[in-house]
Amino acid sequence: MVTIELTILGLGLGFVIAIPISFAQVYGGRVARFVCSLYEKTFRSIPLLVLLMLIFYGLPEIGIRFAPFVSCVLGLGIRSSAYQSQIFRGAILSVSRGQTLAALSVGMTPFESFRYIVFPQALRFSIAPWTNEFTVVLKDSSMAYALGVVELLRQGSYIISRTYEPMAIFLTCAAIYLVMTLSTNKLMGYIEKKTQIPGFETKEVSH
Amino acid sequence: MTKVVLKVEDLKKSYGRNEILKGVSLEIKKGETKVIIGPSGTGKSTLLACINRLVEPDHGRVLLEGEEITSRNACKMRQKIGYVFQDFNLFNHLTALDNVRIGLIKVQKLPKEEATRIAIEQLSKVGLSQKVNLYPSQLSGGQKQRVAIARALAMRPKLMLFDEPTSALDPELIGEVLSVMIDLAKSGMTMLVVTHELGFARTVADEIIFMENGIIVEQGPPALIFTNPQKDRTKQFLRKLTELYGEEKNK
Repeated sequence: MVTIELTILGLGLGFVIAIPISFAQVYGGRVARFVCSLYEKTFRSIPLLVLLMLIFYGLPEIGIRFAPFVSCVLGLGIRSSAYQSQIFRGAILSVSRGQTLAALSVGMTPFESFRYIVFPQALRFSIAPWTNEFTVVLKDSSMAYALGVVELLRQGSYIISRTYEPMAIFLTCAAIYLVMTLSTNKLMGYIEKKTQIPGFETKEVSH
Repeated sequence: MTKVVLKVEDLKKSYGRNEILKGVSLEIKKGETKVIIGPSGTGKSTLLACINRLVEPDHGRVLLEGEEITSRNACKMRQKIGYVFQDFNLFNHLTALDNVRIGLIKVQKLPKEEATRIAIEQLSKVGLSQKVNLYPSQLSGGQKQRVAIARALAMRPKLMLFDEPTSALDPELIGEVLSVMIDLAKSGMTMLVVTHELGFARTVADEIIFMENGIIVEQGPPALIFTNPQKDRTKQFLRKLTELYGEEKNK
């Protein structure tokens, strides 16, 4: 349950940060583009475990203290935002310039062109890579183990300390991750089919 | 006296050091069709893009029915100018019907039923009443371009700009688009067309404009330009086009 909470909150936080970053990278001025790409490159380059350590053990040194759970959400969210921003940036850029020109030519404002023409197309382009990101965050939520958050994996190790059956218990953990990942893929595949439009067939990327 | 719909005054545009338009002026009266011909890379498309401010010109003025088009009122003015692109640029995520309808609903704020009625009417006019629910990827090039024309016409423009509307089409599909354009010209629409289709130019153009290197080299009625061009450069260009496409097709 905590695993699912971590995943959803992490993804949600990542999404909220990623959207403005991707916009700034596509439409922003030079400074905004630079700042955002610095952010994105930095957090894509730091291993999640290091990021979690920094947030949980490092920040208290300068007086910022988060609970383990919150630290994990922050870590997962910040890192995911870097990846998600690239998903959205790519999706926006893969809508051709001609679409915007045509939208402007019928009298739409730049905002309307984005809202009615570019955004709906970009959204469809981003479903498949976003599904991938979902499963990555789901699996990486297991790193919360390191901060003592009682998520799936730690729950498992508690049980092991009583039953001394690491193989069986860890296999069960793996199976639970597998089931969650597969059902997420299934769900997103369904959404993708639902929103399918001829000419927008994108291959699902499994991870 | 016929009303002047479009007036272009001394339009200039450079990309870096490369001057694409070096001062182009022209005028189109209501109901007239003018055809711009000329070698590629001479600023024909840039001229059209500058007219409805898809590209910001460096110098000069564009007036639509006497009102100047500026970057500030461009969104409003573009509603009155239909624009047909070389590569169609249909909205890929929308059906033919929605492609035509979306401008009416989102820009002109018409109620959905009325927008639908107008859209179907326009699609029927270009011969696509059977295809309203298909997506762009399910249409042929010629059909896509006809949807694009319907999309532009649905907005009831004062002026139609065509940027090489048949250049991206297979030869056997050009005819269906041209015939729509010929009907349109004959119905009294004011049109400015960039094209290499000399047959079309001969049939409906009131004036041919020959452009090269960012300036208008020569302009005049088709009879004059085709039979007795005054400038050597125009002669050469026409000869080349005729060699390329054959005498037959241009008749």
